[in-house]
Amino acid sequence: MNDFSNRVPPTRPGAGDRMRAVFRTFLLGELLKGLRVTLRNFFRRKITLNYPAEKAPQSPRFRGLHALRRYSNGEERCIACKLCEAVCPALAITIESELREDGTRRASRYDIDLFKCVYCGFCEEACPVDAIVETRIHEYHMERRGENILTRERLLEIGDRYEEQIAADRSSDASYR
Amino acid sequence: MTEILGNWLAFLPAEAVEAVASLVAILALAIVVILCVAYATWLERKVIGFMQLRQGPNRVGFRGLLQPFADVLKLLVKEIVIPGRANRWLFLTAPVLALVPALAAWAVVPVFPGFAIADLDAGLLYLLSMTSLGIYGIILAGWASNSKYALLGAMRSAAQMVAYEIAMGFALVGVLMAAGSLNLGEIVARQSGGVTQWFIFPLAPLFLVYFISGVAETNRAPFDVAEGESEIVAGFHVEYGGATFAMFFLAEYANMILIAALTAVLFLGGWDSPFHGLVDPGWPVVGILAAPSLFWLAAKTFLFLFVFLWLRATFPRYRYDQIMRLGWKVFIPVTLVWISVEAVFFTLQIGPFA
Repeated sequence: MNDFSNRVPPTRPGAGDRMRAVFRTFLLGELLKGLRVTLRNFFRRKITLNYPAEKAPQSPRFRGLHALRRYSNGEERCIACKLCEAVCPALAITIESELREDGTRRASRYDIDLFKCVYCGFCEEACPVDAIVETRIHEYHMERRGENILTRERLLEIGDRYEEQIAADRSSDASYR
Repeated sequence: MTEILGNWLAFLPAEAVEAVASLVAILALAIVVILCVAYATWLERKVIGFMQLRQGPNRVGFRGLLQPFADVLKLLVKEIVIPGRANRWLFLTAPVLALVPALAAWAVVPVFPGFAIADLDAGLLYLLSMTSLGIYGIILAGWASNSKYALLGAMRSAAQMVAYEIAMGFALVGVLMAAGSLNLGEIVARQSGGVTQWFIFPLAPLFLVYFISGVAETNRAPFDVAEGESEIVAGFHVEYGGATFAMFFLAEYANMILIAALTAVLFLGGWDSPFHGLVDPGWPVVGILAAPSLFWLAAKTFLFLFVFLWLRATFPRYRYDQIMRLGWKVFIPVTLVWISVEAVFFTLQIGPFA
């Protein structure tokens, strides 16, 4: 049952409290308190990052623009297994495979629609041969319709250009995988 | 200055030389005020930015120092759009009516020892009338725009200015009693002699009331209900753009600097040095600082200007009924009480007024 016997009745402000409140009001106590906060911040270090000149540190796990990697002998890694296509939650990847003359299966078409991609990195996780990766590149743009589709050739080109960094990032993160 | 001009313009009659001299003085002061306004906008953005841990404008020129000029250029080349069914003539007159009193009030401000453009004996009255004239610009702008938001803003600012005008006037009565003169130059002269002679101490409540009323008079935060961007878009100047908007902007900041300067003149001894009487003026460097000069008026004005910006960065906007309550039920009684106290001190010849 509810027991109200130990409840303290609300105390009414005494004359002293009221006097104090009056003084506080007329000496602008609360206002000065607020002003002190802003003044303190006035002298504090500013947290703005002057973006193009200064940049925030980036993790080696950063998920930016995609790339297709090659083995060190120049052979492309992708074997068109379509695991990435299957795992992609945004349905951004389209793959068509073919049989090459040497009898191996390769992708004849490997398109990523950047407008659909949500940069979740599942494709990279699904890939059994570490072919598709997401690089650190995050400053890119499209100027014409169609440029949002990354074709196999462009993906390989990006991979070739940034292979050094891609490899370094993977190896620094390898022990956590 | 009249002598120098007299030598150059010896072929003119003495009255003409006089007129040219005052014209030059007016132009010089107006240009300085407008430049100060330009940099007040820069300062405001910097100060508020700093208080919000941002950097403020820093792209145009060194530390954004050329930003005001970029802003002015932008505003001047923009098209002036006159809304359909607005009262064209009043719509274009209103910004002028807002700006002119804001600049005209500067005429009586004693800038440095022995100089004011117009050394009026009724300087305080002139100031009161000029600062209350600015409201016509706002009301006319709100009415002529033929917009609901503008009209609401105008009505709000009209009521607010009327309320605070009275408290401000009473605060000035206190100064007038203490100084025994309406002439601003004499008011400053009465306060010369270092910090102890300044009116801010015996008239502390009036000083607070005057400054806060000044903030309300100039429609600055936290009393900026006339603009109230989150409620009525931009209040009285929603329909204005380009050069006409620039004039309202200029008027607001000129008024702000004016109130800051007047607070310095009326309560902090204007151009008087705080070290007056403490240091022998003959000493090098320190002596110059101890001498009354334009520098001290500028420094005090800057201080109050900073407080204006500081208030804006700190406090949320007052609700309309709270503004009315503060003006009518708090400030007016406070000033009345302190004027009575002052009067008692006067008649009994005690305290600082003996």
